[in-house]
Amino acid sequence: MSAIYILWLRELRRYTRSKVQIIASLGQPVMYLVALGFGMGAVFQQAGRGSYLQFMAPGVIAMTVLFSATFSGIALLWDRQFGFLKETLVAPVPRVFIMLGRTCGAATVALIQGCLVAVVCVIAGFRPVSLALLPEALAFLALIALVFAGVGTTVGSSLKDMQGFQMVMNFLVMPLFFLSGALYPLDNLPRAFAAVTRVDPLSYGVDGLRSALITQSHFGSALDATVLGVLAVIFIFLGAWRFSKIEV
Amino acid sequence: MIRAENLTRKFGDFTAVDCVSFEVGAGEIFAFLGPNGAGKTTTIKMLTTLLAVTSGKLEIDGLDPARHQNEVRRRFGIVFQDPSLDQELTAWENMDLHGALYHVPRKVRRERSEALLTLFGLWDRKDSPVKEFSGGMRRRLEISRGLLHTPKILFLDEPTLGLDPQSRNQLWSHVKDLNQKEGVTVFLTTHYMDEADRAASRIAIIDHGKIVALGTSKELKAQTGKENLEDAFLALTGTALRDENMSASERMRNVARMWRR
Repeated sequence: MSAIYILWLRELRRYTRSKVQIIASLGQPVMYLVALGFGMGAVFQQAGRGSYLQFMAPGVIAMTVLFSATFSGIALLWDRQFGFLKETLVAPVPRVFIMLGRTCGAATVALIQGCLVAVVCVIAGFRPVSLALLPEALAFLALIALVFAGVGTTVGSSLKDMQGFQMVMNFLVMPLFFLSGALYPLDNLPRAFAAVTRVDPLSYGVDGLRSALITQSHFGSALDATVLGVLAVIFIFLGAWRFSKIEV
Repeated sequence: MIRAENLTRKFGDFTAVDCVSFEVGAGEIFAFLGPNGAGKTTTIKMLTTLLAVTSGKLEIDGLDPARHQNEVRRRFGIVFQDPSLDQELTAWENMDLHGALYHVPRKVRRERSEALLTLFGLWDRKDSPVKEFSGGMRRRLEISRGLLHTPKILFLDEPTLGLDPQSRNQLWSHVKDLNQKEGVTVFLTTHYMDEADRAASRIAIIDHGKIVALGTSKELKAQTGKENLEDAFLALTGTALRDENMSASERMRNVARMWRR
């Protein structure tokens, strides 16, 4: 247990010490928020769907958590490079614990990052409909963070060096984001496209978050929570399995 | 304490360690010498559960590392050849993390960390992040960390690489102390023949994945008819230079180094 805690603590320490990185990682969500939130706002309003900023803010928050959690998981590659991974792999601790400590740390960092962006959204003019639903929003953020920290660890354990990283970025993370309905409503889509959005885990994350923050939901929050919960368990198991196979 | 029987590890077509057999008794200091790429580190990786064995038998304290990974890991400490510190954390935090991973009780952890950091001259810098340390200081921290828990077996993979004579002296006297007072078995590799000569009770020389000679320093010198261990080593392994294949992580390290400039 102390092993899980100390590795979790390590992720947090590393995060809080890289202040430049924290600020830099807020840049992208702010860009989406400003460029799209204000740029597309008028068109969205004319289509009779209300404020686009209100609609997309949950999507941008979910995006932040997706990026942050996946990359923290993949940061495993850096530990492999700087050699620290070896130190944890020879420790007399079951590898599942090592993996859990890292993954929980990654998820916590992603959650904090998501909350920071949420604050930025509020500053930009976003208003959650009901404060009573905030705990639910936080729970959805945590679920998204866990799912993608699991995905990140799985991918990070399977790659040998940074060359695969660009592939992951282009063929996994970006599609997950763009197909999730973070930027557009999921109704009235072409049938094939709608089917694709339905298999994207982040769709359920964005939808759950939207149901908690602006009480609009496509799938229903119960389904969102179930899908995310099941996926979190699956990916953490998958990550633990891949992690146990690492050789250095 | 350590027993290897026909130990073999292949990477694709390449056989890094080829039918190696040796035995290290409890309380012994055993040196593994060989040119670059001879299979020293691969052997240590197999002994320390980091690599799976392709074929052959391995026993650490009577246990099979493949089946009883955690029991085996509890029994040894290791100082790696290449860096394995978290550079963003401070020296103290690196020690603390290691202690927690090895289930050293908090109080003991603090006392021993302080003693070791003082011994290796790092106590004043204990709250600086490791990334600000020089190469020698990092090395000393790795060694302090490897000694934090009291293992039954200590693996030292080229521990003195990049250390000044003062630190080397400190390291070897500490290791000998541990060996004599606490009966720690030591398995070491080095390129400095004088160190092996002074510290080790028995020496194995490995080349191209095979053990070419095994015995005390005296026996090796007698076997080759040479005056000192260095000449005996050269007589056994030849004078040709060796190539070493870079592993994926070493390649990455090089790329990272390039980018930082």
